[in-house]
Amino acid sequence: MRVTVKLFATFREGRFKVEEKDLPDSSRVIDVLLPLNITPEEVAICLVNGRDVNEQHVLNDGDTIALFPPVGGG
Amino acid sequence: MGGYTGKVLRINLTEGKISTEPLNKELAKNYISGRGLAGKMFADEVPADVDALSPENKLFIASGALTGTNAPTSGRYMVVTKSPLNGVIASSNSGGQWGAHLKFAGYDMVILEGKAARPVYISISDDSVEIKDAAHVWGKDVYATTDILKQEFGDDKVKVLSIGPAGEKLSLISAVMNDLYRAAGRSGVGAVMGSKNVKAVLVRGTGKVENANADEMKNVLSATMAKLKENGVTGQGLPTYGTAVLVNIINESGIYPVNNFQESYDPDADLISGETMTANHLIKKDPCYRCPIACGRYSKWKGGEGAGPEYETVWVFGSNSGIHDFDAIHKANDLCNKYGLDTISVGATIAAGMELVQKGYIKQEELDGTPLEFGNADGMVEWVRKIAFAEGLGAKMALGSYRLAEIYGAPELSMSVKKLELPAYDPRGVQGQGLQFATSNRGGCHVRGYLISPEVIGMPEKLDRTVIEGKATWVKIFQDLTAVIDSLGLCLFSSFALGLSDYRALVNAVTGFNYTDEELLACGERIWNNERLHNLKVGYTAAEDTLPKRLLNDPIPEGPSKGQTIRLAELLPQYYIERGWSATGVPTPERLSSLGM
Ligand code: SF4
Repeated sequence: MRVTVKLFATFREGRFKVEEKDLPDSSRVIDVLLPLNITPEEVAICLVNGRDVNEQHVLNDGDTIALFPPVGGG
Repeated sequence: MGGYTGKVLRINLTEGKISTEPLNKELAKNYISGRGLAGKMFADEVPADVDALSPENKLFIASGALTGTNAPTSGRYMVVTKSPLNGVIASSNSGGQWGAHLKFAGYDMVILEGKAARPVYISISDDSVEIKDAAHVWGKDVYATTDILKQEFGDDKVKVLSIGPAGEKLSLISAVMNDLYRAAGRSGVGAVMGSKNVKAVLVRGTGKVENANADEMKNVLSATMAKLKENGVTGQGLPTYGTAVLVNIINESGIYPVNNFQESYDPDADLISGETMTANHLIKKDPCYRCPIACGRYSKWKGGEGAGPEYETVWVFGSNSGIHDFDAIHKANDLCNKYGLDTISVGATIAAGMELVQKGYIKQEELDGTPLEFGNADGMVEWVRKIAFAEGLGAKMALGSYRLAEIYGAPELSMSVKKLELPAYDPRGVQGQGLQFATSNRGGCHVRGYLISPEVIGMPEKLDRTVIEGKATWVKIFQDLTAVIDSLGLCLFSSFALGLSDYRALVNAVTGFNYTDEELLACGERIWNNERLHNLKVGYTAAEDTLPKRLLNDPIPEGPSKGQTIRLAELLPQYYIERGWSATGVPTPERLSSLGM
């Protein structure tokens, strides 16, 4: 399956802004994080299609994953 | 009693009379200072039915109990008066340096009463207070006024608070500015100052604010500073990216209003995000007094440099107007600072104007050749200037989006609550924040209770933004705690890292009041009820605890939160029960007496 991974704030440093990834079926968010060298503890907000989930969330084809370190406020 | 100077400066402009009086300590213990105490004094002194722009209205410029101390983020002050935009207690909060220096000069607050016969400014240098002629700066913008009056004062350390042309022209969305770029922005407070013929208040203080318990303060300070440093938001996120870092978070959540709230997701938002701003525009950080967070930005753009812009400003002149041109956003922000306007209300009024044109309510011939359409950046910037000088259609826009839309028979196109323009969060996708918007005493405002923190950012704990269970309780606690933080004169952003017990420890070390957590939070509840009682007196009812029709009736049309709706009808009764109010939103005698009111 194919998912879109979006990185924000410091997660972009040395990585990318947006990339498409091919993953085996029933992959989880953690399977996206590990190859990027991002630990679940570093992730403050993980949105899959806009909904807040944790790293064990099972992904589906076409999902958009948005990952943020602790940042917000305004 | 540390923290307080114990002195109130009262200036009757009609009579040209300057006097000082002792601060009422009993009232201060119950209402703290700033928003709380000035709000209570305002409600006691000013009849509810006065015209906001008449000499009978009073303007309180009030520091918080901790303003000017060594507590972190303690640079804030509030402008408390009757709002000309919606008639309720305006309590517009600003940072920078001015508030702390009012304390150094020896005053907890300044009260401006009556109306000067001609334009004047107030010059405060410790005990020496004068009312001076301002004819030469009347009509000048905030930057020029600040320069001229500083020179005239002859001491570079003087701090200047002033209005711009917008306040002089009584725009209902005008701000009181201080230290050039900081704004007591909301509710049209600039017009009240303008209506009194007061251009500026200068302050130079050489004193110091004492702490009641200096040893205790040392410990509390190191504990709170450590928390602010360790917290991901206050220690890294806000210092690195400023508030505009929210653009991507809110957009990816699908609750980021676009084109006057017609949509809630912007595929191009990253073009104007905090990340982009940091990479391409940031010159340096620009913190307020004693602030380790330093979210304030100083940036450059094609042809200029200056402070900001903040998240709300980026959004309102950006995506909410269909614009992704950072230079135009910077320019619009700079014009607002220069002319003394509230960026949120100005941008939202322009966006409402764009929709009124789009739907055919405003005809092209009324635009005098200046485009007013979503996506037109040059037109948008020019409309900011026209609003400041009340030129052409700009005169109607200077009254805010509600009156503008009402004039054209389409008030539902004003995205406001109680006539105050909503900030950058679509309440349909964030239930607690939606309830907060509807019940906020001063109208559409996110800084009366920032539920985005738990519901989106996950602090102090993560809540599901789409459910209503428990949200009424959260909203009440957030509103009451925010009233406390405002009245202490601390920045609301400190609350990403600090909680009620931290604030209690700070206020006790400074004032020696020895509040318990419960007593301190009860001050916040008292402040909230004081504001609510005033709202009821000026004629607001539970019917105005609502949201614009579009947000109430239609689901979010597209994007990550597609289909979501606000469940306000279920939330409101829970909220009234939580507050101990009647089913029609009136504080009950029992609850008021339990608060000692
Ligand atoms: S966090 Fe930002 S707005 Fe708040 S006091 Fe610090 S610099 Fe000013």
